[in-house]
Amino acid sequence: MTNVLILPLLIPLAAAALSLLLPQRAGPRRALALGATAALTSVAAGLLHTVWHEGVQVLRVGGWEAPVGITLAADLLSAMMVLLSGAMGFLCVVYSAGSLEERQEAGAHYPLVLVMLAGVSGSFLTADLFNLFVWFELMLVASFVLLALEAERERLEACLKYMTLSLLGSALFLIALALLYAVGGSLNLADLAMRLPGTKQPPLATAAAMLLLAVFGLKSAAFPFSFWLPASYHTPPVVVTALFSALLTKVGVYALFRTFTLLFSGDPALTQPVILGMAVLSMLVGVTGAVVQYDLRRLLSFEIISQVGYLLVGLGLSTRMALAAAIAYWVHYVCAKSALFFVTGALERITGTHHLGKMGGLSRTHPLLGLLFLVPALSLAGIPPFSGFFAKMGLLRAALRAEAWGVAAVGAGVGLLTLYILIKVWREVFWKTPLQEARGPSGPAAMLGPCVVLALVMLGLGLGAQPLFVLSDAAAGQLLDRDTYIHAVLGGDT
Amino acid sequence: METGLILVVGMLYAAAIYSMLRRSTVRLALGLVLLGSATNLALFTTNKVTRSLPPLLPKSGGPVGQLADPVPQSFILTAIVINFGMLALLLVLVHLAERTVGSDEMKHLNTEVPPPSAPGE
Repeated sequence: MTNVLILPLLIPLAAAALSLLLPQRAGPRRALALGATAALTSVAAGLLHTVWHEGVQVLRVGGWEAPVGITLAADLLSAMMVLLSGAMGFLCVVYSAGSLEERQEAGAHYPLVLVMLAGVSGSFLTADLFNLFVWFELMLVASFVLLALEAERERLEACLKYMTLSLLGSALFLIALALLYAVGGSLNLADLAMRLPGTKQPPLATAAAMLLLAVFGLKSAAFPFSFWLPASYHTPPVVVTALFSALLTKVGVYALFRTFTLLFSGDPALTQPVILGMAVLSMLVGVTGAVVQYDLRRLLSFEIISQVGYLLVGLGLSTRMALAAAIAYWVHYVCAKSALFFVTGALERITGTHHLGKMGGLSRTHPLLGLLFLVPALSLAGIPPFSGFFAKMGLLRAALRAEAWGVAAVGAGVGLLTLYILIKVWREVFWKTPLQEARGPSGPAAMLGPCVVLALVMLGLGLGAQPLFVLSDAAAGQLLDRDTYIHAVLGGDT
Repeated sequence: METGLILVVGMLYAAAIYSMLRRSTVRLALGLVLLGSATNLALFTTNKVTRSLPPLLPKSGGPVGQLADPVPQSFILTAIVINFGMLALLLVLVHLAERTVGSDEMKHLNTEVPPPSAPGE
């Protein structure tokens, strides 16, 4: 029992509230957001350290015992994800300072980002399905408003689509919770995990499992629930898109990992083919959608779908090796994707467009940006020595070892197509003779700094992949070791 | 008791889906209102629905078996609050959309085609 667990929720929430009280000027709000995300990151790092040394950490809020009260729990996966979100939040705040206008910064941007971070941390740390729903909604409300700020027609359309689908997802989520409660009589994850195998109504539990799969699939933009993402992610400022891609879809994936390793692990013959099918189709649909796109942001949005497919491969196979590889891939992919979006923002600032056909020749005028684009691009495609190579390799090896030949083949093929797409982007943006000479600075240091940091992280994770893989492997081990989690959450007497 | 509720839930869902499929943002919002209510009622039926017994245990102890289960009720309470907030936001959005494109028709929001009477475009 440790009170540290409440801090990743309290820090961003308190900072958001405080931020709204500050005068509407860019400076103080920015400073507060920087401080809060830095604090969140360091607390999360401390939490990860504690979990690594002492095992699953549990906080019973208000001292109520587990199945009754609200429980927060952190295992390695949760702690890693909170750390990753905090760090990404910090980089996004830095990037906002460079890329947004003074007016935007002075408005609701920072408070909303902080509320969203609180929702995301809450989703990672909660040990209760109903609380997961509440944190989801908190995160969604913040994301709706971030998407709809400065209402232009295009953004209104995107936000309305996104909001409708999210509300539909929330309704399905509640129905799934109703079914689970009717079957298991509890919504505490650990309690439910104990009760579900002994219930008399497996069909209802299966229906709930499928509903949850649909809901979390919707949140994580896995096929066939993916079409809202490219329709809405290309409209807000690029930093918001980067933040969404780093956090929102990942929360969906996390919820899938949590529920399908803990609650519905009893009937793998049923769930595994479904998840693997979703994974394979997500990879294919995402990458084929991206191939034909010439709008840089839409292209990257389709890429998100295909990368989520890779993460689901790990869950679909559900071996320790596959889960470990998926978690390592997760870390790498969040870094690579955000870096790509960050560079896109700089490119848009220089060329004033995000259409590939209108860019060109930037390798001569802005060689540094070229390098900063190349590192995440090669990493995403899985070229050594960057982080993507080992992560993708691990996933493919896990698929081969599980004798899922088709999955491995699709994974490898999609990797090649990803390389093709990014080469296309590279050729269009950096090599082609430009229509007009683009000159001008590459952007302020606050924009390029996060790109440089992420590029170094990717190089570091590529050259020194060992620690990440050890950590991911341990996290995967914890995911598969359900009893320890249940025991830790429910307390000593069960 | 449950049968009646289930019928109501079914009808609400049907109405919700019908309105959401109309090509108007206002009806979409109405559909989502109905969807939320239907879901809350569905949540209500998950445990035994009882008549005129509060979900509270009297201090002296009481008829435990016949009490309503308080947990789904607290879930619904939370869900209603969240739903309400979401709908407020949705209505603001619909209003903004209406003001921006001058109509509640969804096709006018579609950015693939130009707006009906956009000045200067």
